[in-house]
Amino acid sequence: MAAPRRAATAATGESAAMRWTLIGVAVLFLAVFIFLPLGVVFAQALSKGVSTYWQSLRQPDALAAMRLTLLAAAIAVPLNLVFGVAAAWAIAKFDFVGKSLLITLIDLPFSVSPVVSGLIYVLIFGLQGLMGPWLARHDIQIIFAVPGIILATIFVTLPFVARELIPLLQAQGQEEEEAALALGASGWQTFFRVSLPNIKWGLLYGVILCNARAMGEFGAVSVVSGHIRGRTNTMPLHIEILYNEYQFSAAFAVASLLALLALATLVMKTLVEWRARRLLAESARWDGEEKTV
Amino acid sequence: MSIEAQNITKKFGQFAALNDVSLKIPSGELVALLGPSGSGKTTLLRIIAGLEFPESGTVRFDGEDITSRNTRDRRVGFVFQHYALFRHMTVFENIAFGLRVRPRGLRPAKYEIRTKVHELLKLIQLQNLASRYPSQLSGGQRQRVALARALAVEPSVLLLDEPFGSLDAKVRVELRRWLRQLHDEVHITSVFVTHDQDEALEVSDRVAVMNEGSIEQVGSPDEVYHYPSTAFVYNFLGNVNLFHGRTDGESQFANDGGAGNGEVAYARPHLLEIQRQANGGSHFRATIKHINSAGPLVKIEAIAEWGTPVHVEMSQEKFHDLQLARDEAVFITPKELKVFQSKAV
Repeated sequence: MAAPRRAATAATGESAAMRWTLIGVAVLFLAVFIFLPLGVVFAQALSKGVSTYWQSLRQPDALAAMRLTLLAAAIAVPLNLVFGVAAAWAIAKFDFVGKSLLITLIDLPFSVSPVVSGLIYVLIFGLQGLMGPWLARHDIQIIFAVPGIILATIFVTLPFVARELIPLLQAQGQEEEEAALALGASGWQTFFRVSLPNIKWGLLYGVILCNARAMGEFGAVSVVSGHIRGRTNTMPLHIEILYNEYQFSAAFAVASLLALLALATLVMKTLVEWRARRLLAESARWDGEEKTV
Repeated sequence: MSIEAQNITKKFGQFAALNDVSLKIPSGELVALLGPSGSGKTTLLRIIAGLEFPESGTVRFDGEDITSRNTRDRRVGFVFQHYALFRHMTVFENIAFGLRVRPRGLRPAKYEIRTKVHELLKLIQLQNLASRYPSQLSGGQRQRVALARALAVEPSVLLLDEPFGSLDAKVRVELRRWLRQLHDEVHITSVFVTHDQDEALEVSDRVAVMNEGSIEQVGSPDEVYHYPSTAFVYNFLGNVNLFHGRTDGESQFANDGGAGNGEVAYARPHLLEIQRQANGGSHFRATIKHINSAGPLVKIEAIAEWGTPVHVEMSQEKFHDLQLARDEAVFITPKELKVFQSKAV
C-alpha cells in the first residue's frame, strides 16, 4: 500500500491508510454477512431455471402459505396500529398509576424470546392449557390453527408502532391539542386534524417495521402453528419444511419473496426517513431566514 | 362578558398552586395577572379557560356557573406562550380552524370563512403571508397569527398566557402596545399572564399581583404601584431599598440596622435624596461606592453607616449639580418610606 501523501489536516483525522483499512473492514463485513447471503438466496432460487422457480411459487402449499402470511399481517398490523397509537397517546399525554409498568409491558415482546412467546399461547389456549378444556368444549381451536398464528404475530409485533410514537408525542407536548379544543374542536376532530397529521411519518415508519416483522416472524408462530401443510404454514415455516425435505430450489424460491419484502421495506423506510428529514430541514431553513416583512 | 373566579383552590399533588383565590373581572376590561413563576397565575388562567379544573371554587361568566363546563363549550380565545400554532397548516388554515370545526349547522359557508380570515389577516397586518407555514414566520408574526386564530371564533373572553414571553425585547414592546390598541378597538374582556411588571403596568386596566397561590392586591397600575398593600407588591413592582427598624411614636422610623425584630421599611431608589450637608431631618450617613451614569437616570450605589448597600437614582441634572465622586461621604434622606408590619420579603 502506498504511503499517505500528506498528513491528516484535522486533529481527529486519520491517515489515508487507516481510513482505507477502516472502510475496507466495514465493506468486507457487509459483503460476507449481508450481500453474499442475499445473493445466494436468489442464486439458489434460480439455480434450476426460471420455470422451476415459478412452479415452486405456484405450488398450492406455497400459495396457501403466502395467503396465511398476508392474512396474519393484514390482521396484526391494523390492530397494532390502533393499539400502538392508543398506548403511545396514553403514555405521552397523561399521568396515571402504572404508567412505567405499561411501558415495560409494551417492550416485553422485544425482550422475550419468540419461542417463549409462542409457548405462552400454548400454555393458555392449548389442550392442556388454562383455557384448553373450555375451548375444547365449545369446539374452538386456537393452537395449531389460524387464530393462534394471528395471536402470536400480534404479540411479537406489538411494540413497533407504540415505540415509534411515544418519544414523538412526548416531544410535541399537548399545547396544539389544547388550542384545538379551546377553538371548539371535538376530541375526534382534534385527533384527526391536529394530532394525526403531526405524527403521520413516525406512524408510517412504525407500520412498515411492524409489517416486515409480522410477515417474517418464525419462532413464535412455529410453536403455535403445528406445521399443517397448506393450512397452518406461513411463508417462513413453509421454507423450513421445504428445506428439511431437501427441496432447496423451492425453499429458496419462497425465501426470495421474503428477501424481496425485506428490500422493499428497506426502500420504503429510507423514503419515509428522507421525507421526514427534509420536512425538518425545511422548517429549520425557514427559521434561519429573514423574519420581517 | 364578565369573569368571576370565587374561592378557587387547586393542588398539584402536595403543592397548592392556588389557595382560595377570588377575582372579579368586569366586562370589557384588560386585566394582568402579575407574579413570579410558581405564583399560580398561569394555573388561574387555565382554570378560567377550562384547561384545568379546580378542587373547589366556582368560575362564572356573566354570573353563570361554568365551573364544570369544558374548554370547548366556554367560548374562550386562548393564546399560548409558545404560540401552539398547528404546524402542518398554513396561516390561513390556522386562523380558519375554529370556524371549520363547527358542527355543520353552525359552520359558516366557505366564502364567509374566507372573508373572515382575510379580515383578521388585515387586522394583524399579515395579509401577504396567508399561505406560509408557521415555521416560516418570525416569533412576533406567529404570536399575531395565534391571536387572530383565537379571535376568529369570536370568543366571549380572551385569555393570554405569557403572550410576549418568548419574544425578544424590541418585538415585545411593539406587540404589547399593539395588543393594547387592539383591545381599545375590540373591547373584549381579556386576561393576560405575565411576570414582567413593566408589561403589566403598561398594558392593563387593572393588575392582580399574585404570590404563592394567592392574590396580594388588585388595582389599577397606578394604585398597585403607588399604594401597594403588602411588602411583596411593593418589592415586586420595582427596585427597592430595605431598612430594618421600628416605628417610634408619630410614625418616625428609626433604623436599627436589622438588629431589632420590628418592622421593615422600603424606599424606591428614586425616592432617596443625596445631600452634602446634614439637614436635621431623618437622614443617615453613607459612602458612595459606585456610579453608573449611562442611561436616563444616574444610578448610585452607596454603603450606609450600618454597612448595607443602598441604591439611589437621580436625574442627570441633579447629578451634575452635586458633582459626586466615589468614596465621598454624603447624607441620604428618604423622601418617602413605606413601612410594612410583615416580615421581609
